[in-house]
Amino acid sequence: MAAIANNLVTAPTPPIAANATALTVRNLSVFFGDNHVLKNVSLDIAARAVTAIIGPSGCGKSTFLRALNRMHELVPEARMTGEIRLFGDDIYARNVEPVVVRRRVGMVFQKSNPFPTMSITDNVTVGLRLNGLGNRASLAERMEQSLRMAALWDEVKDRLNAPAISLSGGQQQRLCIARALAVQPEVLLMDEPASALDPLATSKIEDLILELKKDYTIVIVTHNMQQAARMSDFTAFLYLGELVEFDVTKKIFTSPAKKQTEDYVTGRFG
Amino acid sequence: MQNEEISRRTMWVPRFQPSAFSLQPFLKMTAPNHNWRKFKNALMQAVTLVCAILVVTPLVLVFYHLVKEGFSSINWAFFTQLPKPVGESGGGMANAIVGTFILLGQAAVLGVPIGVLGGVFLSEYGSSRLNWWIRFAADVLNGVPSITWGMVVYALIVVPMKGFSALAGGIVLGMMMIPLVMRTTEEVLQLVPSGYREAALALGIAKWRAIVQIVVRTALKGIVTGVLLALARVAGETAPLLFTAFGNHFWTHKLTDPIAAMPLQIFAYAISPYDDWHRLAWAGALALLLLVLFINVGVRVLTRDRFQRNV
Amino acid sequence: MRTHGGSHFGDRAFQWLTLLMALTVFALIALIGYELTRGSGIALRRFGWHFLVSSDWDPVNEQFGAVPFIFGTLVSSAIALLIAVPISIATAVYLTELAPLWLRQPLTMFIELLAAVPSVILGLWGIFVMVPWLREHLFPWLQKTLGFLPFFKGAIYGVSMLAGGIIIAIMIVPIITSVAREILRSVPGLQREAAYALGATRWEVTRIAVLSYAKKGLFGAVILGLGRALGETMAVTMVIGNTPQIVASLFAPGYTLASVVANEFTEATTDTYLSALFEIGLVLLGVTVLVNALAQLLLKTFAGPSVKPQH
Repeated sequence: MAAIANNLVTAPTPPIAANATALTVRNLSVFFGDNHVLKNVSLDIAARAVTAIIGPSGCGKSTFLRALNRMHELVPEARMTGEIRLFGDDIYARNVEPVVVRRRVGMVFQKSNPFPTMSITDNVTVGLRLNGLGNRASLAERMEQSLRMAALWDEVKDRLNAPAISLSGGQQQRLCIARALAVQPEVLLMDEPASALDPLATSKIEDLILELKKDYTIVIVTHNMQQAARMSDFTAFLYLGELVEFDVTKKIFTSPAKKQTEDYVTGRFG
Repeated sequence: MQNEEISRRTMWVPRFQPSAFSLQPFLKMTAPNHNWRKFKNALMQAVTLVCAILVVTPLVLVFYHLVKEGFSSINWAFFTQLPKPVGESGGGMANAIVGTFILLGQAAVLGVPIGVLGGVFLSEYGSSRLNWWIRFAADVLNGVPSITWGMVVYALIVVPMKGFSALAGGIVLGMMMIPLVMRTTEEVLQLVPSGYREAALALGIAKWRAIVQIVVRTALKGIVTGVLLALARVAGETAPLLFTAFGNHFWTHKLTDPIAAMPLQIFAYAISPYDDWHRLAWAGALALLLLVLFINVGVRVLTRDRFQRNV
Repeated sequence: MRTHGGSHFGDRAFQWLTLLMALTVFALIALIGYELTRGSGIALRRFGWHFLVSSDWDPVNEQFGAVPFIFGTLVSSAIALLIAVPISIATAVYLTELAPLWLRQPLTMFIELLAAVPSVILGLWGIFVMVPWLREHLFPWLQKTLGFLPFFKGAIYGVSMLAGGIIIAIMIVPIITSVAREILRSVPGLQREAAYALGATRWEVTRIAVLSYAKKGLFGAVILGLGRALGETMAVTMVIGNTPQIVASLFAPGYTLASVVANEFTEATTDTYLSALFEIGLVLLGVTVLVNALAQLLLKTFAGPSVKPQH
């Protein structure tokens, strides 16, 4: 796993090489009304790597993730300060619309949420059709590619027109991943994508994530520290809305710099 | 490294490979139909807004015309005098106003106990299957046209009693209240946290006492709200009163006599050919609407207050 | 032990009492059906099924057929739905998805108040404000632009099938809107988020995640509106013209099942006439109960197409 990480960032050097940064977060603060949820978070998210966000519940992990594609704006009274750049583009610049940001930064949710009235095919292609890709042949091609990427193709290729809700929970979650991949985002955000799944389905999702990071930048929120240790290249530890520590995963889990981090990863609190 | 690269290529050959290092222009660009989508979004926002305005317009217009035509006729005489015969100007709706309240009082006597107790059953007892059917029946009953209720009570009360009566009018409105009150009572009772029930039962209080003294009392404000809304609803009913209460130009002293009611009077005056009566119809309608809206608004302000305190 | 026995008896008694009250809804449905059938006995025996296919309505010669009223009810309800459904659903969409947050609550309350306006008041407004306006402005304009269609030919009186349809639309819009709003609000937020995360605009989110999810429930809301439209009495009676005829022109007066009962019930001089009106009521009851039952089934089974539990 370390070896895979190394094809991106050479290990001994500081974790983030400038040319490999997908998302640059600077002084990010998020407020919901008077509630200061994220406090001055700055970090760089490496491209083509898995970055895990860990921390006790209520620490702002999900809010951080949602700020990366402006999904937090769906909450009324949400506001943010600071700066987030996606491959250099300020995603909060005044002329940038959230719609464009979200197409470039896809998201998979904790609970699978396929569109229940649509078939498997339609679920995967809906994003493309919104973006004006109407050509049947290329839609079919993209659908197959996305389902293959999501390691779901072999299981569903004979029933592509079946309703999405006929799939099992784990399959539904992979369908949601395929749906997110179909619009070819540059970054994929995952909010505890396996927390509602059984162990077998979880391991499938984890394998899939390791496969996907060859092409995608992945940011994953998890409450499961083994999962973070197994899968991620970098880990950020958030506590009470503040970034306590951010480093190569191995370092976070073996020799963290901060006492708080050590307490958390060894299970002494949280 | 090389092998890995190849295996990846065979598995997935995207046309526009997302890449951190050589970003394809496609990815940076917004989709070609972006402006069209933005336009459609704005268009639908405007279309639905126009529809919302269209929905609101009638109430504004009705209220405007009621005030314009009716306000000048609302005076002391309107509330204190009997209707004048054709040809004489002036007069009021005193008997209809009192009649409406008498009818509502009777309706409440019939509809509230049955509705509330039935709602208690739906919320606290019964099996889910039986209760599904009761709910279903109550909801279907709420959709029965009001005119048919009038026919039923005509056959049930007016014919055997050999005459239209205030009693028949009260009964028909009361019957219409039953399913309304039952459903709202059930809904507010189910908002009471089950912990209250358990706590009461754990103290050794009999279940029925726990229900009456803890559950119903906790939800009392909601139940009263539901009753008031049901009363506001039946207060404006005209069709079921046409052949039960029938209407009357004088004071009614016995419940076995016909009785006047505001909606009946408004209807009778509206379809009459006399300007004086039209004016009274407008005034009556304004008064009736104010009564109904007053209950509705008041109840909503009260319940919103309750929810805000609870949350 | 005594207190236990006592509380046990109390519990039993209270449970039976509430059950009895809850069961009154079935009793009421049975009562309505029974009284209307009994009342229409003479007509049922004399006319049989012929009643439903005959278009004679001749009280003098005691010939009665329901066709003109069935026709009028269906046409006026169809007009009402045609107007009300798009406007109501669009408004519900505006209220739940597209409107600015600060506007949602007051607008919702306003529409609920519109639902509380008594039918007779709308009818009054219809007679004195809407019908003259239709006669002077809308109808001549319609005739000028769409006069080549049979629906818009013929003399313009103002009171007409179209006026009836419009007033029914005004009455059912708030009902459909509030039920549809509840349905849309029950669509899980996760569905919306899924669409937002794909880069959908607000309208696209509404279309792909909300409306398609809520289809069945929205259909239920529409059917519920139809149920109300079919049974709407007072306002229609006041503006539809009350003439039993079957003509293509929507400018011509019509008559509905509910309004013939409202108008002629107290004037029915013979037993056969009265019985025929009861049978009209029976037809109306049958249709509205069926339609309402369908609406309730649709609304009650709308928990949304369920997403499988994942444990």
